[in-house]
Amino acid sequence: MEVYVTAALLTLLLAITIAIVRQRSLYSIVILAGAYSFLMASVLVAFDAVDVAMTEAAVGAGVSTVFLLAALYRTKSREYPRPRNIIVPLFVTSVTGAALVWGTWSLPPFGAADAPIHKHTTPHYLEEARAKRIAPNVVTAVLADYRSFDTLGETTVIFTAGIGIMMLLRQRRRRADDREEAET
Amino acid sequence: MKRDLIIRIGVKLILPFMLMFAAYVHLHGDYGPGGGFQAGVIIAGMVIVHALVFGVEAAKRIAPVKLVEKLVPAGVLIYASAGLPPFFRGMMYLDYSAYGMDPLHAHEWGVFLVEAGVITTVAATMIAIFYAFTARQPS
Repeated sequence: MEVYVTAALLTLLLAITIAIVRQRSLYSIVILAGAYSFLMASVLVAFDAVDVAMTEAAVGAGVSTVFLLAALYRTKSREYPRPRNIIVPLFVTSVTGAALVWGTWSLPPFGAADAPIHKHTTPHYLEEARAKRIAPNVVTAVLADYRSFDTLGETTVIFTAGIGIMMLLRQRRRRADDREEAET
Repeated sequence: MKRDLIIRIGVKLILPFMLMFAAYVHLHGDYGPGGGFQAGVIIAGMVIVHALVFGVEAAKRIAPVKLVEKLVPAGVLIYASAGLPPFFRGMMYLDYSAYGMDPLHAHEWGVFLVEAGVITTVAATMIAIFYAFTARQPS
């Protein structure tokens, strides 16, 4: 049953990707990207990664769609016409895609319990979080407890990014104001 | 969208539940999915939806620009200072065992404080970015 759900969701993702590639209007692309994020969140729910699915639905489908629409409102909303020469882009994308597919061959099978990533520190986290009764949701325990320094760094990154965007957008506005003042 | 009755009333009905859901996601992050980051984005989404329907000026009355811009660094400070009590009690920085005798209780407090910092920074940053975009004139 789960296989069919996942297959249906991935087929829809493929359909949206093709629609995005064929679409010229950037507004439609932003909305389609939002739908893509929402489907991706459903895929992650099907994979039992509820925390990631929640983030994807809130950030990918919600806030970033609004940001992109706001950005489009400030700029032009039509994509530049397709370049005539498609051989070089086609070559680059097919080589990159082939390299990625080639890379997946040496990965362990999908969902394998004995993959290296599940053997390194994960058993320790699972056992100790239960034994010491740290937090029933191990994702939270790992994020905020075992890797709290990491999360502190992430929060600082968000802070830095926000400050950077604010300064970039505001500086332009001040310059425009100065120009208007100089003209009058 | 200011004149659309259904959207206006619907958004008014839905906003308090969004805030409550954000609080749930934050406070229940120990047990269920979610945490400070997701809750912060939901709070930011609440303000953005309000701004989309009632206008940016109405949203700026709820979340003033100056307050939002102060909350962006305040969240990082909350997070960083949550590690200080264990530090001054001779434990490791950010070791939540200092917050109580019972480990589950102590870690809940630690995670709550840390996630409160995350929620503040994330929500304020998202709202501030949105304000920054809306403040610019179309070029």
